[in-house]
Amino acid sequence: MSFTEEQITRYSRHILLPEVGGKGQKKIAQAKVFVVGAGGLGSPAALYLAAAGIGTIGLIDSDVVDRSNLQRQVLHHTPDVGRSKVQSAKEKIYLLNPDVTVETYEDRFTASNAMDYIAPYDVVIDGVDTFPAKFLINDACYFAEKPLVHGGILRFEGRVFSIVPKQSACYRCIFNHPPPPGLVPSCQEAGIIGVVAGIIGTIQATETLKLILGIGDPLTDRILDFDARKTAFREIKTKRNARCPLCGDHPTITELFEHEQEACQLQTPGALGVS
Amino acid sequence: MQITINGKPEELQADTIMDVLKHKDIDPHMVAVELNTQIVERDQLDTTNVRDGDKVEFLFYMGGGT
Repeated sequence: MSFTEEQITRYSRHILLPEVGGKGQKKIAQAKVFVVGAGGLGSPAALYLAAAGIGTIGLIDSDVVDRSNLQRQVLHHTPDVGRSKVQSAKEKIYLLNPDVTVETYEDRFTASNAMDYIAPYDVVIDGVDTFPAKFLINDACYFAEKPLVHGGILRFEGRVFSIVPKQSACYRCIFNHPPPPGLVPSCQEAGIIGVVAGIIGTIQATETLKLILGIGDPLTDRILDFDARKTAFREIKTKRNARCPLCGDHPTITELFEHEQEACQLQTPGALGVS
Repeated sequence: MQITINGKPEELQADTIMDVLKHKDIDPHMVAVELNTQIVERDQLDTTNVRDGDKVEFLFYMGGGT
């Protein structure tokens, strides 16, 4: 493939970087990234990846835009309230960069469709807001051997780390299984300062680009936690867990399944978020 | 003894990881625990000893994304 003059101008600030150059920009243009969830994390991640010139962005989300999303889900604008999130997202991405092919899937990501959805893609981004979905994405990426950039947000905090299956620690190496229902709140229940979604989502996009380009030190075997109240990052070094039920020495998880959806109501709202 | 909890050195008396969790008033179901970069399984929290100079990290579940 070769770039048009317009494209060379569009991506000139990338091409100037010795670590990217024309060769790296071609890798970006040929890359396919799957974003699960077109919401708080998926919005900034997809927008920056689109601006960067990612060849194909796949977006899966079964929701419609709610007015309460607009405080942080920057893919969606006021007139989009009530519209399909993936359709709204596709329009914004095309406006930003018509070079990008956007594949949209107005669907839930489930144990029965996960493998088919991620198969064509090079990297997967976790932008979902339930534990069962986060574990499902982790497991699917492990079985499909797709690099995954995990993200999580709550209140003023966020977390990001990358997983290269069979090489670095996975989400289950750390957390094993979802918390008991009702113990850990969702953003819907506990709130989220909108900009934290932007910070974590853009780090996810950064790590995705690095994985595609093969540059720098990937955020693997390191968990990066951010606290907006302190404007502080904390890096927790980790490694593969021999007792991981998925990728450990004696795996007990050998096929995809979905954990029970957690209860919507918190049992003890006062006793949470100690950190 | 002194152990480093989430990057901060703290003085406390504890024999096991579970003692440290109790000291910090943390429900073990809400966190993943690392001792010197090694994950400690939940069923081993009360049998895993901590020693002076150990580094303990508590990772709270963070499930949001949209």
